Amino acid sequence: MPKIIVEVMPKADLLDPQGKAVANALHRSGNERFENVRIGKRIELHVSGEVTEADLAQAKLVAESFLSNGVIEDVVNIHVEG
Amino acid sequence: MKIGVVTFPGTLDDRDAARAARLAGAEVVSLWHADTNLHKVDAVVLPGGFSYGDYLRCGAIAAQAPVMESIIKAANGGLPVLGICNGFQVLVESHLLPGGLIRNEHQNFICRDQKLRVENVDTAWTNEFELGQEITIPLKNGEGGYIATQETLKQLEGDGLIAFRYLELNPNGSMNDIAGLRNARGNVVGLMPHPEHAVEPGFGPDTATAMRSGVDGLKFFTSVMKALVNA
Repeated sequence: MPKIIVEVMPKADLLDPQGKAVANALHRSGNERFENVRIGKRIELHVSGEVTEADLAQAKLVAESFLSNGVIEDVVNIHVEG
Repeated sequence: MKIGVVTFPGTLDDRDAARAARLAGAEVVSLWHADTNLHKVDAVVLPGGFSYGDYLRCGAIAAQAPVMESIIKAANGGLPVLGICNGFQVLVESHLLPGGLIRNEHQNFICRDQKLRVENVDTAWTNEFELGQEITIPLKNGEGGYIATQETLKQLEGDGLIAFRYLELNPNGSMNDIAGLRNARGNVVGLMPHPEHAVEPGFGPDTATAMRSGVDGLKFFTSVMKALVNA
């Protein structure tokens, strides 16, 4: 079944406490090269049949109105897989 | 006067909110997330908890619940609505109040008796306070960090839309020490701390006079009763 992938990230200028906690743990285990970590979400919307332009437009709409909150997050990518 | 208290899957403090409303003299009506009928209530409380397990974002799924459709419409028409903790997050996700709430800056869940300053008394939920009054009510949250764009913050400050500010300690990294907001009309108020847990002697925060005697939260509920009588 084809999927529309929506990727959401916390806004670049906002503190991402989850990413910070993971970065600290990585540094404790010797991974100093990975200076910063930021964690976002990958949301898969499964569609039966072919993904149409209308499906993509609707996915963009729900990505911006519901799947992300524009105050704290950005939709960084929407694409089709499978 | 009838106050509706909403229960979503994962709501925790609906019974405490109902008890607080009753102590202020209200008749309480339980509102169910899947029911668009508000049963002619005169005001609504969105209580604390972890609606829908905080999935997606805190309050985001609750904001799409059938009952919220009716509440958003009624709030835009002037119905008094109070959002407490998760209820505040639901109000923000419903765009009834601006900005967003993110994980506490220090990354820990925090539970404490929190001192606040009342910054605005021209609302349905704060008219019984004195302007600048310092109150103490419990705070308990993991995602209470208030954020907004600089433009929104400027508007909130300029228009006097900040209802409560944290005093002595900012428990979650909220911008401008914001603990709670009001809308322009003054019928919608949201805050992270929990007034419904400070309404009855013996169960509230400690005060200088006696242990657990703090009842500062009761004034939220007596305020709305007064606003409804005068309406």
